[in-house]
Amino acid sequence: MLEMKDVSSAYGRAHILYDLSLSANRGEVVVLLGRNGAGKSTTLKTLIGLVRPLAGEISFDGRRIERLEPYEIARLGLGYVPEERRIFTDLSVMDNLEVGRQAPRTGAPRWTPEKLFELFPNLADMRERRGAHISGGEQQMLTIARTLMGNPSAILLDEPSEGLAPVIVEQMARTILELKQEGLCVLLSEQNLHFANLVADRAYIIEKGHIRYQGTMTELAANAQVRATYLSV
Amino acid sequence: MSLSAIFVQLLNGLASASSLFLVAAGLSLIFGVTRIVNFAHGSLYMLGVYTAYSLVKTFGGGILGFWGAVLAAGLIVGVFGALVERLLLRRLYRAPELLQLLATFALVLIIRDFALWAWGPEDLLGPRAPGLDGAVGIAGRRVPEYDLLLIALGPVVLGLLWLLLTRTRWGTLVRAATEDREMAGALGVNQSWLFTSVFALGAFLAGLGGAIQIPREPAVLTMDLSILADVFVVVVVGGMGSIPGAFLAAVIIGVLKAMCIGIGNVSAFGIDFSFSKLTLVVEFIVMAVVLVIRPWGLLGRSQGIPRGAASVEPPLHLPSPALLKGFAAALLALALLPLVSDRYTLVLLTDILVFALFAVSLHFIMGPAGMHSFGHAAYFGLGAYAAALLFKHALPMELALLLAPFAAGLGALAFGWFCVRLSGVYLAMLTLAFAQIAWSVVYQWDAFTGGSNGLVGVWPAQWLAGKTAFYYLALALCAGGILILWRILYSPFGYALRAGRDSPLRADAIGIDVRRQQWLGFALAGLFAGLAGAVYAFSKGSISPDSLSIPRSVDGLVMVLMGGIQTLTGAVAGAAVFTWLQDTISRQTEFWRALLGGIILFLVLVFPQGIAGFLRERWEARAGGSKG
Ligand SMILES: Nc1ncnc2c1ncn2[C@@H]1O[C@H](COP(=O)(O)OP(=O)(O)OP(=O)(O)O)[C@@H](O)[C@H]1O
Ligand SMILES: [Mg+2]
Repeated sequence: MLEMKDVSSAYGRAHILYDLSLSANRGEVVVLLGRNGAGKSTTLKTLIGLVRPLAGEISFDGRRIERLEPYEIARLGLGYVPEERRIFTDLSVMDNLEVGRQAPRTGAPRWTPEKLFELFPNLADMRERRGAHISGGEQQMLTIARTLMGNPSAILLDEPSEGLAPVIVEQMARTILELKQEGLCVLLSEQNLHFANLVADRAYIIEKGHIRYQGTMTELAANAQVRATYLSV
Repeated sequence: MSLSAIFVQLLNGLASASSLFLVAAGLSLIFGVTRIVNFAHGSLYMLGVYTAYSLVKTFGGGILGFWGAVLAAGLIVGVFGALVERLLLRRLYRAPELLQLLATFALVLIIRDFALWAWGPEDLLGPRAPGLDGAVGIAGRRVPEYDLLLIALGPVVLGLLWLLLTRTRWGTLVRAATEDREMAGALGVNQSWLFTSVFALGAFLAGLGGAIQIPREPAVLTMDLSILADVFVVVVVGGMGSIPGAFLAAVIIGVLKAMCIGIGNVSAFGIDFSFSKLTLVVEFIVMAVVLVIRPWGLLGRSQGIPRGAASVEPPLHLPSPALLKGFAAALLALALLPLVSDRYTLVLLTDILVFALFAVSLHFIMGPAGMHSFGHAAYFGLGAYAAALLFKHALPMELALLLAPFAAGLGALAFGWFCVRLSGVYLAMLTLAFAQIAWSVVYQWDAFTGGSNGLVGVWPAQWLAGKTAFYYLALALCAGGILILWRILYSPFGYALRAGRDSPLRADAIGIDVRRQQWLGFALAGLFAGLAGAVYAFSKGSISPDSLSIPRSVDGLVMVLMGGIQTLTGAVAGAAVFTWLQDTISRQTEFWRALLGGIILFLVLVFPQGIAGFLRERWEARAGGSKG
């Protein structure tokens, strides 16, 4: 349902992604693995339209999206959760959710604040609290909840486990699996192979803007050489 | 002053605060969401005043006619604001923020001339508000009923805006976009409509703020920039983007100004002090104090660089040998020019040289040092006045010319100490505040500076009296100044300045005292602006407060931006084109401002990288094309 074909991206004159191709299907969790600076975030930003690709095609749900504005892409049902959280610190938890709200969509799960509070119980007790005054883990939950308010059919998660306490990481993994259960297509970026193993079905490995490897998590687990070359630090 | 008189002045101040708050709230909203510092906001206010004036004439002065006209004026200005946003600013959101500024300034010029064309140059005094034209007795004094209504209006509008921003989806989206508009977009928020609606609301508030003033103040053509300065101060003192802050600041400033008028002349310990003369500067003093103590305003919060707006400045290229040869050829041509050109051309060329130095000195702090000054004319004017005053106090012209730049440099050293403590818009506004203070002092100190008339009889020495001789003097000083400034950019000091601009933290880490470097840069730029001013004074033989007014500062900005801030030579190109255009157009038509504004808009839309930037890009494209 989400596909990139030969996509290249750059920031100004700095070329970052080279002829990148990848795809992810409904009900599938796909992980993009790579070291710091490999181009994972840039790939996700290109998908959501924050970085305009120089060349290549991106399609989502059968529509070409590489020339659309981020808000148009989001309205087609592609959700984006950025790496740096970027919650609205001035706004209450409820207002943060309100910003993400979009009309319900057929073929995608429908979210309300109440349903999200079941998924993220910690947030339920702080509806009126300002985004600035909740913990890092709660902020991470809130960014995901906020994106889900758009009732997306696919979601991009940029390093969701980064900087979280082990308990919260586990909770995050469970959440991702629940989303998969709901039939969402999930594409996440990770450096943490352990976390990827918990949630993903397939993996792509990116290095210096090139896809170096693709395969199922089982295949990757069996391939010590690839892991050593591209992932170990 | 008696207690009751103080009380009446307090009420008077609160009444003016309401209008000020409305306009400032609009500016603050627009800035918060779009990050555009809307120079044309004062013009929208002015349009509100004039439109309401005309509508009251049409509708008649009944209660319905009057209030209908006031509201309709606000709405008309609101629709106009929405149109401006959709037709013009929309195209510039991806352009550097300074170009947006330039575009809004072009609007100031166009709207000013539109008002001149539509309503004429005379001051227009509006009618009293029907039903509220009396006065009530309070504490034994008479207070206009209309003032009491205005006093109530401010808090009412504050309350309505608060409800709008916190209780509606639109308001939530506005607050979200104010904090991180890129993220809001990635969540499906259509910024395009959000921007238009915020602009419409901001313009409506400005128009309404103007319209309610018609019973109190006559409509005059210069009110656009004077209210703009007031409103900048209010918004900055309150904190950019904070509506309650704008209210608080409007009240403080409105009341302080009224008090200064009320207190009048006081003499204590044998010294006469005129508080009413302080009116013009009191708000700027408040602003300077607030910004130094709380750099983000009373209720504002520290703002990082707005996300998604970071632009990577390309490095400054060392001038290529071809360019150096070009410089030499240009200098030679300029030196030979008097042989073939007439007197008139020489005078124009002298002006161009002066403004080229002025623009290059401004570019020096804006480009490489990243400090955007809205008040650079202060140093130009200080230099000009210092030259004139030294000359008048019996110094030979040559010596006056030599010493004057140092006076400007000292001024820049003093003001700069405050300015370099801030960055971004706040720095820009503080520079504007200092320029306005300098202007007010010069404008009011009749005995010393000649007040509004300025100083006359500032003529060069005998041997420089001829236009040709003076031209050579200007060429030597201005071209020399420009070359020195350029040379400095490639010295270790210049590199340190740029390092401080690009990553202050890293620069600090490698041992560069960023603030000190910026301070020095600021003073240097002031010194050379002062040199330009001094040459200017002697070339004209007279000097007036205009030379350090806000429009003169904006001229400098236009020159630098028109030329392209990333290029070294841009400021010179911009100064030449601007000075020539202004001279040519102002002799063709009474509406030269509008024409100039139109040209600036055209340039901004067609060459967003500036004239020199455009030429360089062309050049590189050609060079690249011929290679491959
Ligand atoms: N806004 C930007 N401007 C210029 N270069 C950038 C920008 N953002 C990222 N880069 C560069 O692009 C490259 C890829 O960055 P990206 O953020 O995509 O990496 P990443 O794989 O997400 O790394 P990390 O694990 O650190 O998040 C890096 O070399 C980075 O320095
Ligand atoms: Mg990343």
